[in-house]
Amino acid sequence: MRERAEVPFEFYGCIELRRLLGLRAETEKQLVGFLKQVSLDSVCYHTHGSLLRHRYRVGVYSNDFATWAAIQVRDRVLGERLAVLDPIDFVALSDLRERIISVVTDHLKSITVVPRVVHGEPFEFIESWVVGVPLGIGAYTLEDFRKRLSDLDNSAIYYHAVEARVRLERKRNDFAAWLGDSLDLPGLAARVESLDPYMGGLERLRSRMLAYCDEVLSRGRDL
Amino acid sequence: MTTVSLDDYRAVAPKGTVEFLRCLAQRARGRTFLHVNSTRHGGGVAEILHRLLPIMTELGVDARWEVIKGDAAFYGVTKAFHNALQGQDQAITKEMLDVYAATNTANARDLSLEGDLVLIHDPQPAPLIEHRPGKGKWVWRCHIDLSNPQREAWRLLRKYVARYDAAVFSLPRFAKRLYIPQFLVYPSIDPLSEKNRDLCEGELNGTLERLGIPRDKPILLQVSRFDRFKDPIGVIDAYRLVKRHKDCRLILAGGGADDDPEGAAVLAEVREAAGTDPDIHILELPFSAHLEINALQRAATIVLQKSLREGFGLTVAEALWKGKPVVGGAAGGITVQVIYDVTGYTVNSVEGAAFRIRYLLNNPDLIAKMGEAGREYVRQEFLITRHLADYLTMLIVLTK
Repeated sequence: MRERAEVPFEFYGCIELRRLLGLRAETEKQLVGFLKQVSLDSVCYHTHGSLLRHRYRVGVYSNDFATWAAIQVRDRVLGERLAVLDPIDFVALSDLRERIISVVTDHLKSITVVPRVVHGEPFEFIESWVVGVPLGIGAYTLEDFRKRLSDLDNSAIYYHAVEARVRLERKRNDFAAWLGDSLDLPGLAARVESLDPYMGGLERLRSRMLAYCDEVLSRGRDL
Repeated sequence: MTTVSLDDYRAVAPKGTVEFLRCLAQRARGRTFLHVNSTRHGGGVAEILHRLLPIMTELGVDARWEVIKGDAAFYGVTKAFHNALQGQDQAITKEMLDVYAATNTANARDLSLEGDLVLIHDPQPAPLIEHRPGKGKWVWRCHIDLSNPQREAWRLLRKYVARYDAAVFSLPRFAKRLYIPQFLVYPSIDPLSEKNRDLCEGELNGTLERLGIPRDKPILLQVSRFDRFKDPIGVIDAYRLVKRHKDCRLILAGGGADDDPEGAAVLAEVREAAGTDPDIHILELPFSAHLEINALQRAATIVLQKSLREGFGLTVAEALWKGKPVVGGAAGGITVQVIYDVTGYTVNSVEGAAFRIRYLLNNPDLIAKMGEAGREYVRQEFLITRHLADYLTMLIVLTK
């Protein structure tokens, strides 16, 4: 464990500009068709991006495809099959897209009538452009890192834990990478890396990270 | 309106928001951002611009606001156009279009339309695009429900909209088939404005007393312009169904707007429908009655927004912010703000509204729980701080 890192952790927040693609799916077959055409930015918006939205607006599941199938189409089977996909398991967005397509396609093969929206809302494809914003805050020590982390806009949690891996294609989330490499805290880094934001949201991720940091600080050694 | 600074929002916005906005604005510093609309007072657009512009200026953005001027004929045309775009049958004649275009041409001569980003709000000033100066990005900002327009009206507007660099809609379903980029930005409320700030008991009671509203029974409230799309007659019908089972009062509070010539006719219909019922209060409030609306929303037990068509319906967010559940029509942005069984109920009929009002009046604990959920939801999604961040991002991305 190092008391002070040579390179500070530079916090970034982020914001997304949402672009409406004008593609509206009313049936599950159309959903697959449009899913093949849209950009990976759109796949990201409807899966990982849900973390940036309030939990009330996200709906019952943590990705938009699952929520739409379950609530708007009232196809609970497909909703559940899509809901169980964990975006964090997919290194590349293209793999995530392929998996969603294959789940819906397999489902359609198993039924005779293509489910469609009757009273609900069509699926509206959106893509987001995420703008990273340096917050002008750096941390050299774990104590400082913990203090800064507790006060930040939650878009910063998203940016470093999700955006870094998904679109910036870093191998680990930024927090884990810095804690492991710069502070030589591999145990803490592994715990942080293992946190799943899709099962509790960004605030839960923040509170778990803060608790882990507190544990290290009170013990005076790595986990 | 009192002047506030961005720091004043620390107490109401989500954690870290103010710092984030300051950092975001660094990237937009020095750029000019011009807003153009058709009224300085009345309606959600004008209200939010009154507060948004000073904060943008504080953040180093050169923000300006121009308002187009027109005579009664112009506002008559734009009202008909507005109704047609929201799906109502309206005849749009060539003479009307001539007035529409000529008024905009005259305004283009009088107004300064320079800006790195020029945001033209709603259909009234849309033809200004024909007079755009050489540089700067022009974006059309649509605040109305364009999901089911009269085809001819949209064809006429589309010829202007298609010439913009981008368009911004309040909901995905309002977006149209266009070859320009279309963005999604929710509108917002200002929690520190006279209409939304906290009130002390003295202010609240004094204001209600002045308006002649007793607090002796549950209050149902709808705040909206006297406009057929807001279905004030349907609200009275729903109240009458509730009243058979539960004693309550109904307040219909309507604000005027400079660009709404149809309001007087609808108000007369509402008065007739209300008859002599002493528990129905019809309040015709001026656009400046922010304190009164604030007090009414805080005094209400349940807030209604039974619109048949709606742009976004920010009165819903206002009510949620004050901890009130909302029973609203399943129209426009109401469906985004009213999360069924969490912040209120969306309904599709007079009977549906009456049932949910009765249900809530019989479950006061649920009223409190929904009120709390609604306030937190608005804090994250519908406050001016989030809106400001969206506009700054547009400025950064579109003018880089």
